Amino acid sequence: MKYVDEFRDGDTARAIGTRIAALAEPGRRYAFMEVCGGHTHTIYKHGLEDHLPESIRLVHGPGCPVCVLPMGRVDDAIAIARDPDVIMTAFGDMMRVPGSDGSFFDAKAEGADIRMVYSPLDALKIARANPERRVVFMAIGFETTTPSTAMTILRAAREGLENFSVFCNHVVVIPPMTAILDSPDLRLDGFIGPGHVSTIIGCEPYRFIAAERGKPLVVAGFEPLDILQSIHQLMVQLAEGRCEVENQYGRVVPWDGNRRALEVVDEVMELRDTFEWRGLGWIPESALQLREAYAAFDAERLFTIPGRRVADPKACQCGDVLQGALEPWECGVFGTACTPETPIGTCMVSSEGACAAYYNYGRFSRSRTRGATSLPDPVVVGR
Amino acid sequence: MCLGIPGELVELADDDTDLATVSVAGVRRKVNVGLLADNEEKLAVGDWILIHVGFALAKIDEAEAAAALEMLHSMGPAYDQELEEFVASSTGREGL
Ligand code: SF4
Repeated sequence: MKYVDEFRDGDTARAIGTRIAALAEPGRRYAFMEVCGGHTHTIYKHGLEDHLPESIRLVHGPGCPVCVLPMGRVDDAIAIARDPDVIMTAFGDMMRVPGSDGSFFDAKAEGADIRMVYSPLDALKIARANPERRVVFMAIGFETTTPSTAMTILRAAREGLENFSVFCNHVVVIPPMTAILDSPDLRLDGFIGPGHVSTIIGCEPYRFIAAERGKPLVVAGFEPLDILQSIHQLMVQLAEGRCEVENQYGRVVPWDGNRRALEVVDEVMELRDTFEWRGLGWIPESALQLREAYAAFDAERLFTIPGRRVADPKACQCGDVLQGALEPWECGVFGTACTPETPIGTCMVSSEGACAAYYNYGRFSRSRTRGATSLPDPVVVGR
Repeated sequence: MCLGIPGELVELADDDTDLATVSVAGVRRKVNVGLLADNEEKLAVGDWILIHVGFALAKIDEAEAAAALEMLHSMGPAYDQELEEFVASSTGREGL
């Protein structure tokens, strides 16, 4: 597997690191945000920051769909699940996400019929097998996942299934990026663009970030060398005074995305006026809802949900972590009260969350040299 | 859940269910290839695809698939969980 070796090769990583360092202007500091949780995972797992000069900081973004789900929506989903007629279905990642009164796991222990599924199609199958029950699929995810939900709804419509619906929490990736650019606390020099989201939306939608907001963006793959290469491309752009959208992951991401997937989503869903994001607050046109034509499959219309807004627990600093304003280990409960087994905040739930990634693979060398003040106990590495 | 798993197409979808058979890490399962319907080049047995929550998102080449698989293995628990869930998927097993 020569290809793999090429991507793994420590020498190549060091060589790219050296080239990146050579591009850094003396005295200038750089901050790049990796939007996608998959990238955060790779960065921690492979200790990529060790290959970068001190002047470059990687800021973790909001691209983990589990992490950005606000408490209120979890509560709404649990309220639906508590209906004795209902079978709630959800991805495994969703099970531990805390609401204001426990998680899906807790509700299940208390008797709610909540089942883990790998695919929305599995939920559809459960609906067919249980015609006397109402089967709801808890839909979460960015553009990568949305087409799958939309296809499943089309399928249910074609079959005339009357006991299947979707609690739609699908979000779109660009509005939170804009919100973060608008935030006064954070100065970013560019973005490492999400790989799999871009498989669907392509690279064009990011153009305004470069053209109007003056930040270069490089869509990147998930291998360690992909990420280093994309940082190199960002540094070259800055050094040459360019500001463009580039595609480092061309071997998977077509520039125009997946047209069929976009059509399917557009057929079934439309933008909401506004949606609440954990830590980021309400962001206009940042999430999707089912179109009127598919109201029969919309759990939000079929069930009475509390729809209450719930503030995050006091101890939880996920909001700051999701905006890149705080490193995971700087949160007061990180690794002590908040662990992947007993998450207080969402960033600790999914393996793509910054806190979970840091907990699992955390490295402290860099943090220390950066004048960290409140270091927690050393983290268990490679659990 | 955001991981994509590469799989090799071993049997095309033969009806309007869009369900094709793929082999992932030696396990055969059905996945929905309807999102690739517009693909200029038609799918063929032996093609590699990127699978996410039971749907094929993109066609990839074999080298990319090998690299992705290798990387997923290196992720340990996160990958094991994804694969376990994939294998447990009822759709995958029996079709629609
Ligand atoms: S340690 Fe827990 S509470 Fe703190 S930011 Fe991370 S996930 Fe949130």
